[in-house]
Amino acid sequence: MSEVKPLTPQAACETCPVHNAANLLKLGVDMTDWDYVVALAGNPNTGKSTVFNALTGLRQHTGNWPGKTVTRAEGGFEYGGHKYKLVDLPGTYSLLSTSLDEEVARDFLLFGQPDVSIVVVDATRLERNLNLALQVMEITERVVICLNLMDEARRHGLQVDERRLARDLGVPVVPTSARYSRGLDDLVAAIADVANGVTRPKPRRLKSLTPELERVVSRLAAHVEELYPDLPNARWVALRLLDGDERIAEAIHLGELGDLSRGLSPEEGMSIQPAAEASR
Amino acid sequence: MSDPSVRSPAGLLEEARTLRWETGGNVHEKLVEAVYTEAARLADRAVLRPDDRRFDLDRTIDRLVTSRTWGIPIMVLLFALVFWITITGANIPSAWLSDLLIGRIYPALQSGAAAINMPAWISGLLIDGMYLATAWVVSVMLPPMAIFFPLFTLLEDFGYLPRVAFNLDALFKRAGAHGKQALSMMMGFGCNAAGVIATRIIDSPRERLIAILTNNFALCNGRWPTQILLATIFIGALAPAYLAGLVSALAVVGITMLGVLLTFVTSWGLSKTLLKGEVSTFSLELPPYRPPRVLQTIYTSIIDRTIYVLWRAVVFAMPAGAAIWLSANVQVGGLSLAEHLINFLNPFGLLIGLNGVILVAYIVAIPANEIVIPTVLMLTVLTAGLSGVGSGAGVMFDASSGSATHAVLQAGGWTLLTGLNLMLFSLIHNPCSTTLYTIYKETGSMRWMILSAVIPLAMGFTVTFFVAQIWRLVAALL
Repeated sequence: MSEVKPLTPQAACETCPVHNAANLLKLGVDMTDWDYVVALAGNPNTGKSTVFNALTGLRQHTGNWPGKTVTRAEGGFEYGGHKYKLVDLPGTYSLLSTSLDEEVARDFLLFGQPDVSIVVVDATRLERNLNLALQVMEITERVVICLNLMDEARRHGLQVDERRLARDLGVPVVPTSARYSRGLDDLVAAIADVANGVTRPKPRRLKSLTPELERVVSRLAAHVEELYPDLPNARWVALRLLDGDERIAEAIHLGELGDLSRGLSPEEGMSIQPAAEASR
Repeated sequence: MSDPSVRSPAGLLEEARTLRWETGGNVHEKLVEAVYTEAARLADRAVLRPDDRRFDLDRTIDRLVTSRTWGIPIMVLLFALVFWITITGANIPSAWLSDLLIGRIYPALQSGAAAINMPAWISGLLIDGMYLATAWVVSVMLPPMAIFFPLFTLLEDFGYLPRVAFNLDALFKRAGAHGKQALSMMMGFGCNAAGVIATRIIDSPRERLIAILTNNFALCNGRWPTQILLATIFIGALAPAYLAGLVSALAVVGITMLGVLLTFVTSWGLSKTLLKGEVSTFSLELPPYRPPRVLQTIYTSIIDRTIYVLWRAVVFAMPAGAAIWLSANVQVGGLSLAEHLINFLNPFGLLIGLNGVILVAYIVAIPANEIVIPTVLMLTVLTAGLSGVGSGAGVMFDASSGSATHAVLQAGGWTLLTGLNLMLFSLIHNPCSTTLYTIYKETGSMRWMILSAVIPLAMGFTVTFFVAQIWRLVAALL
């Protein structure tokens, strides 16, 4: 009978900043000279690989179970004139233990120095997922939270206040349903804003440390900073040293941290594989 | 500003060590506690929970499929259903493809070659060797794969596989292995090389090695079609026609379960001998059930798995077909090379209820399990008194006389025992070369790689040997 007319006129779309998302160019594995490196972290089974596929146009096998991705996968996309390399990291619950998959994720966030780190978070299990997000935010400031599985949260009758969460965390929070390609436009826009410095996240730092521990951490962090003035995460390095993390101690010993703070990319000497072998 | 000794990496590490003593060494607990407290507070502020506890479908399903009583029967039933759909569904397209590729195109190619006076050795190499091997790969493997892989992927997408892991967890623990091994085993059901890489989720090296060494007992993509085919033509044929599909499906489920059982037994054996140690605990997360995206799943499983496996099979089958044809046609002392090799291996093959052809096929198929059946068919046709493929082919490949594959194998002297033992041997033998290479890369040790090939191979020979002896004993008594 009567045709359903689109409610929004075309003209309105063109002026909207989100419109650019239509210009998202999926580059697949073609990653010759990129402008920014984006890491994709998150708990297992939160849809990291689905987000990865949606942005790169690749078809990494996705599956509904934790532990699907144990190695990193890389792909690219182009947006707003810049090329981005997206690195899909293994899903982990924390960055504090020593299993191989966690090490792959942790080493990349720390030594790979991504320009933006996306933490994919399961909206239906926010508390446990924030554990990881908080740890990532200790390592790097440039974090975007992808609040995924919003469709499932809704199905379970949960309401997540993403604005309050963004305010509390101090980083952009983008609600998505990656399986149904919802919210990805906003996600890409948020990534671009952080990468280009339009948005400068000010992530909250852990506040619940005991005063005594806080004192020790600050003291050691000051020394780390003194030795490596350009290191963005001196406090985290200090925390790890106090925890007796062998890997970090080794990195200091071998001078890898020094390279990082001088802005050299340690990618060549610091591939993921040797770390895996060393832990055996 | 601060004491100068800290201004070097070594000084910093020293300082950290001293400060660690001051903190009493429980930084880890305090840090974890701080993270958890903060996360709980933040989540509490951001999430609005519904007051009424509505009917929770996920919980209800979970209570059923992970129940102590019903968990495992439901698992067997679900897998049986998947195989039954595969087997009954694959029959028709299989016959159709075989009729087209072998019954029509193959003779057409031969008469075409004859018409342009192509030298016999070229047409033999190209048509009887490479084309026929490829045609067999496609007609035998494509239909079951195109049905099985999407079904399996749908189960995976729905979220069922972690429930299987949950059901098996207690058994793995009792076998002295890590519960997460259930997950790497699930990956192994797709591809053993992927399964070996998936063991990275296990953080204890001891339990990880157990998982790597036993991953091979999970039937992989390359072996599912073999099992499905053999079950159909040997086991299913025993039952009346209306039950054939069901019986074949149950046979495949049986072999799969035997693989799981062997995983437990071998894990237990290893944890008592070579890899002694404590069992570590972990928490397994059961993901929510998700409505499977049917079309997307079918698309990706056809592209990623079906086409991938088929392509791998074709790539290995073409040169193998050529090599087999050559070896069957190059004569040394009145016998072809293939016959020499088959005759040499035949006594041992018969001893373990197989035959020389099968053993040669397994040597040829070290790079890829996918080509076992096509190689067996080629060798049988070319050597087992069925020489002159062209002339004999008309009878053998007549689709109206039932399963063409069955006819070839019967002509090669196969019995029910041969079929059964090949199913067993296909389950229990060395991993393919890709998996072995992956094991070498993951463990960094030649020793574990060799063990991972030798253990299942020795077990395979032992199992088939005993089955054959008992079978013959019983047959003699009857």
